[in-house]
Amino acid sequence: MANRLDDGTPLPDESGVEWATDRAFRLSAAVVLSAFAVLAAIGVLSATSGAAGLPFAGVMEAIAAQLPALGVESSLSARQESILFQIRLPRLVLGMLVGGSLGMAGAAYQGVFRNPLADPYLLGVSAGAGFGAVLAIGFGLDLGWGPFGAVPAAAFIGAMVAVSASAAIARSSGSAPATLLLGGIAMAALFAAAQTYALQQLSETRAREVLSWLFGQLNTSGWDQILILGPYVLVCGLFLMTYRRHLDVLRVGDDEARALGLKPSRVRFGIIAASSLLTAAAVSVSGLIAFVGLVVPHIVRILVGHSYRVIVPLSALMGAAFLAFVDVGARTIVAPSELPIGVITSFVGAPFFVFVLWRGDATTT
Amino acid sequence: MIGSAEVQAPTVALACSGVKVAFKGREVLGGVDLELGIGEWLGLIGPNGAGKSTLLSAIAGLVSYDGAVALSDGRAPSARDLSLVPQTPIWPSGMTVAEYVLLGRTAHLSWLASESRSDRRVVASVLRRLNLERFADRMVTNLSGGEAQRVVLARALAQQTRILLLDEPTSALDLGHQSAVLELVDELRRSDGLTVIAAMHDLSTAARFADRLVLINEGRLVADGEPGSVLDAGLLSSVYATQLTVRRLDSEIVVLPAPRTHRNRLDDQTADRRSNNNAHDGIRQEST
Repeated sequence: MANRLDDGTPLPDESGVEWATDRAFRLSAAVVLSAFAVLAAIGVLSATSGAAGLPFAGVMEAIAAQLPALGVESSLSARQESILFQIRLPRLVLGMLVGGSLGMAGAAYQGVFRNPLADPYLLGVSAGAGFGAVLAIGFGLDLGWGPFGAVPAAAFIGAMVAVSASAAIARSSGSAPATLLLGGIAMAALFAAAQTYALQQLSETRAREVLSWLFGQLNTSGWDQILILGPYVLVCGLFLMTYRRHLDVLRVGDDEARALGLKPSRVRFGIIAASSLLTAAAVSVSGLIAFVGLVVPHIVRILVGHSYRVIVPLSALMGAAFLAFVDVGARTIVAPSELPIGVITSFVGAPFFVFVLWRGDATTT
Repeated sequence: MIGSAEVQAPTVALACSGVKVAFKGREVLGGVDLELGIGEWLGLIGPNGAGKSTLLSAIAGLVSYDGAVALSDGRAPSARDLSLVPQTPIWPSGMTVAEYVLLGRTAHLSWLASESRSDRRVVASVLRRLNLERFADRMVTNLSGGEAQRVVLARALAQQTRILLLDEPTSALDLGHQSAVLELVDELRRSDGLTVIAAMHDLSTAARFADRLVLINEGRLVADGEPGSVLDAGLLSSVYATQLTVRRLDSEIVVLPAPRTHRNRLDDQTADRRSNNNAHDGIRQEST
């Protein structure tokens, strides 16, 4: 910018004010484009790596061939095409949706609780959703209503119970960031125990099935689960994108936010409900995948700043990229067999959590 | 035409009637009646814990209360009618001054919208007006006390309200910055026709800036009037539970603690300390 010096300090002329106010809370196009570029690069990496090596050019041609207007012909064999379209791409898209959901939900929870350690997993939301989903998958509990399927509905109720309880525990025992997590740990332990008990009541094969889902996995064939998850991501994502502005107002505390004209409890309820629904939907299709909601918003915060208008959308994009990337590892590290993706995110996330505590970031949102 | 329009124009900016606040069953404000004229600077004074901040919070709608707070048209005030400069603002890390001041536009935005060009223009002009141009891009956590106070004031002005509530706005500032900030508020009040309610700690400063003082003690209104009448040595000494003297220097009113006696200073420092403690205890007991 013309009114800046090379080292970024503003020149003392008047237009500096305009420049700063115009830039306030804005998400720069360059940052969004870079995020999409990273996402696309990881998408290509994912589509071309795996047991059946698909060539880069072939993959590009096959995708372009889906759009008849381009007049491109695929050079892949029929078998390769079916691997690409029935296995690789659905899994890639599902991974991106789940990762984006968890990243975005984590960012929103952090804003709502003014707590940088908040994460769907650490708040016990995932465990609550998991327990609900186990009841639905293993026992056929059907709380589905209207457009909500049985599994997401049960998961959502479990998620809301968990997050409300964690928040209540935190409120009653002080405002330190750690108390919210202690509430979350208590909830996670409770739901894990309930889950174990529930699993014990199932037959062995049924239990193994539920358990493998619970570990966190993206094993899919076809596009069914994407059709389940997609609408939730769309609706909750739009909701959080619209209301993320309020998260920046909440950063000055409830009293000041109220004096500025916000209704903190209403905002908080709406955003918690949307984030929990998003988490529940993600857990319904992919089981428990930990730490994405902690790691991703943190990295975004370090790279591009503290405004939730920036953090929420970028956490969605980077969460998608992160999980898609981790999934490449899950598929290839011990090929031809697979690692559960939740195991890898925990291997990455747990040390990162320690790093966050060590750096002392735990108190700044 | 002129006559009738002027006679019927409202002169009251805000009225409190029977405002009561209780926290956990303990009464903090016990029925405050107060009328505030347009363009007036009302100073709320009283010892710590008397209920000054609570009254401001009730007027701002931050605590629930019995009774009524109403504007001249009978509406309860919202964040578009009054803005608050808190006593100890929370400074979010990684937020620029421009962003912080932009938060002042919150009440003017609908739920779905975000700030428009005109909102940003309001912020730019407020920053310019308070000589904060150089700070627009700086993080709010890297400001000195005086700068920070001007930034909170800027946020309140960006709210574009007719009434400004200040909760001990200068308690963290040195003398020079204190009067600079208050002079600024006074200037804005005169130029923009703002009405100011300020809880003020320092009685002499309150007398200098406020048109009218309201003395609150134990949640009740004890005195209300011009500084000259409210700042009465006997009344203040009983309310503050310590000996105070009031002096008039030219047009200024100065409130001072009673002079320390020679004996206290030289002969018996322990006794001195003890009597000071007693004075503090007195205030603390008032406040609890």
